Amino acid sequence: MSTRIFIPRDAGSLALGADEVAKAVAKRAQKDGIDIEIVRNGSRGMFWLEPLVEVETPEGRIGYGPVQESDVDSLFEANFFEAGDHPLKLGLVEEIPFFKRQTRLTFARVGITDPRSIEDYKAHGGYVGLKKAIEMGQEAIIEEITTSGLRGRGGAGFPTGIKWNTVYQAQSPEKYIVCNADEGDSGTFADRMLMEGDPLMLIEGMTIAGIAVGATYGYVYIRSEYPHAVEAMNAAIEAAREAGTLGDNILGSGFSYDMEVRVGAGAYVCGEETSLLDSVEGKRGEVRAKPPLPAHVGLFGKPTIINNVLSLSAVPHIIADGGSHYQEFGVGRSRGTMPIQLAGNIKHGGLYETAFGITLGELVNDIGGGTRSGKEVRAVQVGGPLGAYLHPSQFQLPFGYEEFSAEDALIGHGGIVVFDETVDMAKMARFAMEFCAVESCGKCTPCRIGSSRGVELLDKIMAGENRQANLAVLEDLCDTMKFGSLCALGGFTPYPVMSALTHFPEDFGAEPKRLEAAE
Amino acid sequence: MHNYESFSAERAEQIISRHKDRKGATLPILHDLQETFGCVPDEAVVMIAETLNLSRAEVHGCVTFYHDFRKKVPGRRILKVCRAESCQAAGGNALIARAEERLGIGMGETTADGSVTLEPVYCLGLCHSSPAAMLDDKVYAMLDEAKIDAIVSEADR
Ligand SMILES: Cc1cc2nc3c(=O)[nH]c(=O)nc-3n(C[C@H](O)[C@H](O)[C@H](O)COP(=O)(O)O)c2cc1C
Ligand code: SF4
Ligand code: FES
Repeated sequence: MSTRIFIPRDAGSLALGADEVAKAVAKRAQKDGIDIEIVRNGSRGMFWLEPLVEVETPEGRIGYGPVQESDVDSLFEANFFEAGDHPLKLGLVEEIPFFKRQTRLTFARVGITDPRSIEDYKAHGGYVGLKKAIEMGQEAIIEEITTSGLRGRGGAGFPTGIKWNTVYQAQSPEKYIVCNADEGDSGTFADRMLMEGDPLMLIEGMTIAGIAVGATYGYVYIRSEYPHAVEAMNAAIEAAREAGTLGDNILGSGFSYDMEVRVGAGAYVCGEETSLLDSVEGKRGEVRAKPPLPAHVGLFGKPTIINNVLSLSAVPHIIADGGSHYQEFGVGRSRGTMPIQLAGNIKHGGLYETAFGITLGELVNDIGGGTRSGKEVRAVQVGGPLGAYLHPSQFQLPFGYEEFSAEDALIGHGGIVVFDETVDMAKMARFAMEFCAVESCGKCTPCRIGSSRGVELLDKIMAGENRQANLAVLEDLCDTMKFGSLCALGGFTPYPVMSALTHFPEDFGAEPKRLEAAE
Repeated sequence: MHNYESFSAERAEQIISRHKDRKGATLPILHDLQETFGCVPDEAVVMIAETLNLSRAEVHGCVTFYHDFRKKVPGRRILKVCRAESCQAAGGNALIARAEERLGIGMGETTADGSVTLEPVYCLGLCHSSPAAMLDDKVYAMLDEAKIDAIVSEADR
């Protein structure tokens, strides 16, 4: 039997040279007459080790990484295909501490299976949830989701069970399931990794949602910056249709559900749910006023579940193992696990799925290994461009929805961007305003005009012009944006701006914070 | 590398009719047109409006709303370099400046010989290995000066 060699197809791995490595391995194996089968898996999420090449052995999978094309010959000379010794050898991949310490519920299969193989999916627990859901029936599915305590992983943290129940209760012959895969937040890539690494699970989650609320069609709205995810989802949808787990009369259950991919067009605001719905309908992605909620009047005016990729992907596990199992993980009102993404100037960038409650400091320093530059960590931004900047003095903060809001911060979609001491926080505040100006949908004045005003003000502040007066105007402007904006783009941009000013006043030419000296 | 076709109403008609029965067909049509012609020509806007029974203003409004859709044919290669926070944290801005200098153009511009268009992008989902860039559909991460130089040369061949 041929030896199975795993070389990821994840875009993150490709960006680091995985295709070139895969080609070189195939070529050399053929030349040497070595019988191998190359599987293009998802990524394990340890990107400082990518491209991570794994060899299947009776003891488990042995990793080598990060492998470059130029390492391939020496790997063959070291008989890596028989787990031979080599400077890049990492040992059993599942024993690498970064991997071993995680609780992988949603990412259980990512990096392990062949994302395009239904057989592999089934062999690793795929469709257990779907089959159970079919037997349970609609109300029991929703009950299980409610019990799990699952909250929206897209940013707002709304309880998923309540959302589903609202759509279930809505009377309509036509309903929709929409998956928000717009993932525009800097510092995030979990949706991308999931769609590329285990797309069948997202499809399974959406199918269960369809069954639960009586929707027979769905859309995955993927941002255009993710061509690899689009390709992976389309391939998986085809495979699921062929396997009879998507389409008419799923697994002979009498339930029908089908879906398609829609590609965004480079507008960050289209991640906002109502803007996204308008975009799928073929319109400008302008934010709609709520109410009505999408659960009542959603896509094409019909009751619609709109959930993030990670929320929907948590569903098969929750149904398979039970909501009470899922809710055992976590702290306070943040139940279950969160796929946390470590980014920016960080030594160990990647995906770390763990129960809520882990502290920010553990994530940045113990797991992330601090900065890649080796300099001091100065600031971290959590939750994307609308999330606050946090200071290392806040590192004891447990990762959870309420815990972060208590500090005027948010966990958002779970991205953590690390900055070293070379960062200029006034520039980052300016960038937050600039980003808001570029991406504003234009509907409300505080967001559309206020953000451009904010950029001008910060330019003046940085140039030392009427600093005190302009700082006061900036604070006023932030208040206006917070309270006068229809959605969180205008409404939350003040968080990165004000947190930068509060925690790093010296970058704005103001007095350094006294608090720190006391600590 | 793109080999865009020059606009033909017949070809546009084909593309539009391929999608016209889909719900909310506008975006899929615009993407497909742009892939074929390199941009969304005004003539096509009129055709979409007629076929989908929308006003010209609605379709035009849609084209202008989204950053992706172009009114002009871009260079043969499109180089997108990430400007968002994670890539900034890892030194991305200096690499953008370097790419601009080497190509002799600013963000959003095309080289005089039409070989490369340089565009900003706000996150490619590769922030685990920032800084990142994309040349057409090929992605690059952990960029440093040598790597960005190689990408620029590849693009500007
Ligand atoms: C400007 C803006 C951008 C957003 N971007 C995203 C996004 O990219 N992905 C996402 O899932 N939610 C995003 N959201 C949140 C969505 O509006 C919505 O809360 C989410 O899709 C609901 O799904 P969930 O309950 O599963 O999180 C964004 C919100 C705003 C205001
Ligand atoms: S806050 Fe900005 S993005 Fe949100 S609806 Fe208003 S103008 Fe549009
Ligand atoms: S911020 Fe540059 S890839 Fe995400």
